[in-house]
Amino acid sequence: MTVVARLTDVSRIYPPRAGHAAVHALGPLSMELRAGEFFSVVGPSGCGKSTLLDVLSGLAPPSQGTVEFEGKPVAGVVPEGVGVVFQEDASFPWLPVEDNVAFGLRRQGMDAAEIKRRADFAIGFMGLNDFRRAYPSQLSGGMRQRVCIARTLVLQPRLILLDEPFGALDQQTRLLMGDELLRLWRETSATVMLITHALDEANLLSDRIGVMSARPGRFIDVVETGWPRDRDSRLAERPDFGAVTSKLWSLLRTESMRALGQGAVAAQ
Amino acid sequence: MSKAGLIRLVVLVAFFGAVEALCRTGVISPKLVIAPTAMVEAMVNMLASGEMNDDIRQTLSSVGIAMGLSIVGGFALGCVLYWAPPLRRTFDPFLAAYYSLPHFAFYPLLIVIFGLGSLPLIVLATLFAMVAMILATLTGLDRIPRVLIKTARMQRLSLLAEIWHIRLPAAAPHLFSGLKLAVTYSFIGVIAGEFIVSTSGLGHQIAFAYDNFDNRTMYGLILFVLCIAIVFNLLVFAYERRLARQRGL
Ligand SMILES: Nc1ncnc2c1ncn2[C@@H]1O[C@H](COP(=O)(O)OP(=O)(O)O)[C@@H](O)[C@H]1O
Ligand SMILES: [Mg+2]
Repeated sequence: MTVVARLTDVSRIYPPRAGHAAVHALGPLSMELRAGEFFSVVGPSGCGKSTLLDVLSGLAPPSQGTVEFEGKPVAGVVPEGVGVVFQEDASFPWLPVEDNVAFGLRRQGMDAAEIKRRADFAIGFMGLNDFRRAYPSQLSGGMRQRVCIARTLVLQPRLILLDEPFGALDQQTRLLMGDELLRLWRETSATVMLITHALDEANLLSDRIGVMSARPGRFIDVVETGWPRDRDSRLAERPDFGAVTSKLWSLLRTESMRALGQGAVAAQ
Repeated sequence: MSKAGLIRLVVLVAFFGAVEALCRTGVISPKLVIAPTAMVEAMVNMLASGEMNDDIRQTLSSVGIAMGLSIVGGFALGCVLYWAPPLRRTFDPFLAAYYSLPHFAFYPLLIVIFGLGSLPLIVLATLFAMVAMILATLTGLDRIPRVLIKTARMQRLSLLAEIWHIRLPAAAPHLFSGLKLAVTYSFIGVIAGEFIVSTSGLGHQIAFAYDNFDNRTMYGLILFVLCIAIVFNLLVFAYERRLARQRGL
């Protein structure tokens, strides 16, 4: 078993700002992502999931601990081979869909034919063929998120980090996008880490699911699903599917209540 | 034409028709206002005779220089303040209070420093217009969504590429509002300055005609200045529409 990324005793504390105390957002936690696995992270909102993604990708330094990608320490920059899809809409409003998607490849100075081939593939893959010349302002939130996924896909990352990418989608589309994500994962043999708040989604898609505590986020458990590699949303019909979701919920119930309490205090 | 456009046209035609009728029938004395058609005639004659050509040239070149300086300089200073927060904190109160100052009151001082001629006018108009561009630049850079900066880092862009391919296009709508203000303020600065103390230029000629009760020349000039301002605004507006269309808006 090869380890793609490793966090060791990592924590992140946001320094105090004008009128705000320091926020201990994450950890200390340790984790490993195994080569080619589909790992999901679930946890109550505000528990530090996005912070975990920032630290893992090299976008933010850990306050303590170390981060490694493919055996090399991650320091200050996002390593080549890591692709991120953010929680917020990150499409470029000044570029049409196809230029959004090809953005990274153009900056790398790749030759035009190869850019076109890869961009065409990613655009088709995300079902954006009819919107190639459309601008983000003409697309729904869910479609913009697909543009962002395509823009990351063309880079052919070996580790793909996705932060609640389907948050803006309805349940049916979520399921279909989940199937697409699984297909992508199988075909590219990339390692995927998905942050989600939907427990059945995490269950359906993942080999392993890290369950996080309320802030400061730590893993209270990592659940192995044992699902076959060529799975899709029909997995939900299996009799043992519900048991995993129930297990996730029983782990999270008290943490979610704690997070609610934190929110109530913060709101005062 | 849209319904609003049609109504606008009707209102304008009705207004000028009424003024025309009142002037022609002598209800409004020509010592106050001359008939709109007479204004047009005066403007056309003035342009045809070429008597104002030097003043037109001087005013337009002063405006052009002030525009260029305030847009380029305002953008550059805005960037410097953005990347040097201590400097920005120092100047923030001045910037915030800037447009509550009566700029034209300093005009005599500028003449003392820069002498007569176009230079004090250009300085006045540039000072007047540049701060709008500085403020717009700061707003534009401040409002770039953090997630776009994160995207730049994820795409492993160099600082220069990040500025050129992400920060500038993301800030462009605000930069453009600043540019529009700088254009307008340059016009106002130069013409108002000429009006107060100057010996040439369109603003001066308007004041001169006014002092000599020469209503035909005065209204012809006012109409001309109005036309230039309108043409300029239409150009900027058309360019803005094009930019917006480029973003699918
Ligand atoms: N830049 C920041 N400065 C200060 N606090 C932050 C910052 N970003 C996030 N936080 C705080 O850190 C905690 C974790 O945030 P986040 O990682 O976004 O949670 P999640 O993604 O799980 O909802 C939250 O309480 C949030 O308010
Ligand atoms: Mg989050």
